[in-house]
Amino acid sequence: MIYQDSKTLLAVRGLHATVNGIEILKGMDLTVKSGEVHAIMGPNGSGKSTFAKVLAGHPAYVVSGGAVEFEGRNLLDLAPEARARAGVFLGFQYPIEIPGVANSQFLRLAYNTVQAQRGKDELDPLEFDDYVRERMKLLEMNPDFLDRSVNEGFSGGEKKRNEILQMALLDPRIAILDETDSGLDIDALRIVAGGVNQLANKDNAIVLVTHYQRLLDYIVPDYVHVMESGRIVKTGGKDLALELEARGYDWVGAELKANARVRT
Amino acid sequence: MSTALQNLVNQPYKHGFVTDIEADVAPKGLSEDTIRLISAKKNEPEWLLELRLKAYQHWLTMKEPQWPNVKYPKIDFQAISYYSAPKPKKTLASMDEVDPELLRTFEKLGVPMNERAKLAGVAVDVIFDSVSVATTYKAKLAEVGIIFCSISEAVREHPELVRQYLGSVVPVGDNYYAALNSAVFTDGSFCFIPKGVKCPMDLSTYFRINTENSGQFERTLIIAEAGASVSYLEGCTAPQFDTNQLHAAVVELVALDNADIKYSTVQNWYAGDANGLGGIYNFVTKRGLCKGVNSRISWTQVETGSAITWKYPSCILRGDNSVGEFYSVALTNHYQQADTGTKMVHLGKNTRSTIVSKGISAGHSNNSYRGLVRIAPTAAGARNYSQCDSMLIGEQCGANTFPYIQVGNPSAKVEHEASTSKIGEDQLFYFAQRGVGAEEAVSMIINGFCKDVFQQLPMEFAVEATKLLGLKLEGSVG
Repeated sequence: MIYQDSKTLLAVRGLHATVNGIEILKGMDLTVKSGEVHAIMGPNGSGKSTFAKVLAGHPAYVVSGGAVEFEGRNLLDLAPEARARAGVFLGFQYPIEIPGVANSQFLRLAYNTVQAQRGKDELDPLEFDDYVRERMKLLEMNPDFLDRSVNEGFSGGEKKRNEILQMALLDPRIAILDETDSGLDIDALRIVAGGVNQLANKDNAIVLVTHYQRLLDYIVPDYVHVMESGRIVKTGGKDLALELEARGYDWVGAELKANARVRT
Repeated sequence: MSTALQNLVNQPYKHGFVTDIEADVAPKGLSEDTIRLISAKKNEPEWLLELRLKAYQHWLTMKEPQWPNVKYPKIDFQAISYYSAPKPKKTLASMDEVDPELLRTFEKLGVPMNERAKLAGVAVDVIFDSVSVATTYKAKLAEVGIIFCSISEAVREHPELVRQYLGSVVPVGDNYYAALNSAVFTDGSFCFIPKGVKCPMDLSTYFRINTENSGQFERTLIIAEAGASVSYLEGCTAPQFDTNQLHAAVVELVALDNADIKYSTVQNWYAGDANGLGGIYNFVTKRGLCKGVNSRISWTQVETGSAITWKYPSCILRGDNSVGEFYSVALTNHYQQADTGTKMVHLGKNTRSTIVSKGISAGHSNNSYRGLVRIAPTAAGARNYSQCDSMLIGEQCGANTFPYIQVGNPSAKVEHEASTSKIGEDQLFYFAQRGVGAEEAVSMIINGFCKDVFQQLPMEFAVEATKLLGLKLEGSVG
């Protein structure tokens, strides 16, 4: 939701990034204020997921130009774990499996690390167990999730719920959810989206990276951006997503080229 | 490999100091004269000298084993000193008489030697170079009839027991290094638990090689009579030298009817530097005989040190319904090589064995599991379950599994499972994205991987093992 007294959380200016020497982001601009929900859409290969990973600091991606400020700090100076502790959360498109490590252990370590950073009390295993079980209700998760190894053998839907559970535990300032809707059936989509909606408030912000409009039926964005060739080429309100759903992405590119010709 | 991972696997060795203590070192070289010298220095009876000479004659006819998956230059057995003892060597009446420099060494290593401190409630026998320097809690153990002392002392005080059992599980000519050990062993621990006695505390031996160019050849013998039980712990460290040192130990366990022996090792011999210079050659023969019915022998090992490890703690399951267990974590880093595993030889009816092996390779190291499960025709109803998992950290290391299974009885049931996994950049990034740094992430992944083995260790050892794996892999990140 757009608030009058909102603060700028994230300011991306002219961001360029490469992976394996190939430039993927080519001048990305985006401003996200507290309370807002943004959706980044675009065809395959337009750089959406790369953008999400670059913000989180994935080591395979090299920033080759531009700037990113997060709450006034230079985000690019921070190591990935420092970004997470500062309140940047990435919901993974493909959550990683960690065999042998119990989900409960992993979640508690992550929770306590972030709590410590915020000067808040850490929870012992018993206290944490109570707390996490409460948060799991938000996503209608079975408590046996806690005893299983992190994401190992989870279905696509279970993995995505586990991501949003982590978001609920870590209480980030900005959550970038990369294709959180992919692999979800309609019931799971409703539950996951419901969880995200309950977590959204006037102090945090959510950036949804998605291919499809259907997620936006549940999580209504304030802004919809269209990415193409590594930058945002069009921004609109939630109606833009509906238009994209009806007309596809091609017309955005065509319009862009036409505009470019008019300017020159 | 990412920088974070590279830093993680480059933690320096913390036990690499040398204690400045005068040692009585025998001249280098191996001959009958050397063996007579060792035997004379220890005032040994004639039968033991004969056993040594027989082993030596056997050794001369044998060849170094070539089959392990390890590479090293040929060992010059004439360049090794076969006896080194801290001076002055005299019989100690109590801990107060131990050289304070030695006490400080073991304090530095975290070994509780002070009886009055009663730190961990563990009885400790300490072997420094070739000689046992102190055994704690002896008197208390003697009250219940338990003998726990150095093997030299056992030869003097309990010759009939030593003579009956020494070499009964690992014969003098068993293999190249066992034969060498039988010829030149200098000290080690002896433990005897009489019939029906449950040992009231964990027994522990701490081995330390201090002198450069000396070999350590210790001999351990543990006997649990009918219905007895004991948990035995073994720890090892050595200073950092650029040369390689040979450690060729033999451990024999004998479990009679309904007896139970649990043997746990945390091995942290110096592993050589980051370029593979120096380090211990750890060529060890460990074997337990489940001689009686319903007996049980359980090996748990955490192998983190040594330039080369060649070690197969085994169980001969002779008694009907006897049980053999092997739980192992072997970690190799830099240029370390490990070829380790177990042998479970099922002879008796309804014998059961369990093998859980976890290999972790980092750096340029090579880590092999080699195991034999043999079900003899006599072993009706025998069962074995084996699980061998490997984990790779980085791109330059290797992991191998060589399981040998020989089934000679159709009623036997043998299962083998194996897996290989890798700590990848993506896993570390996932942890990082949740606020957790690489050090803690690797430690959590490794501990998760080793959980099934660590659960088998006595509490204080499990804590030590967890810390040790941490030390071997963690470092300053970023």
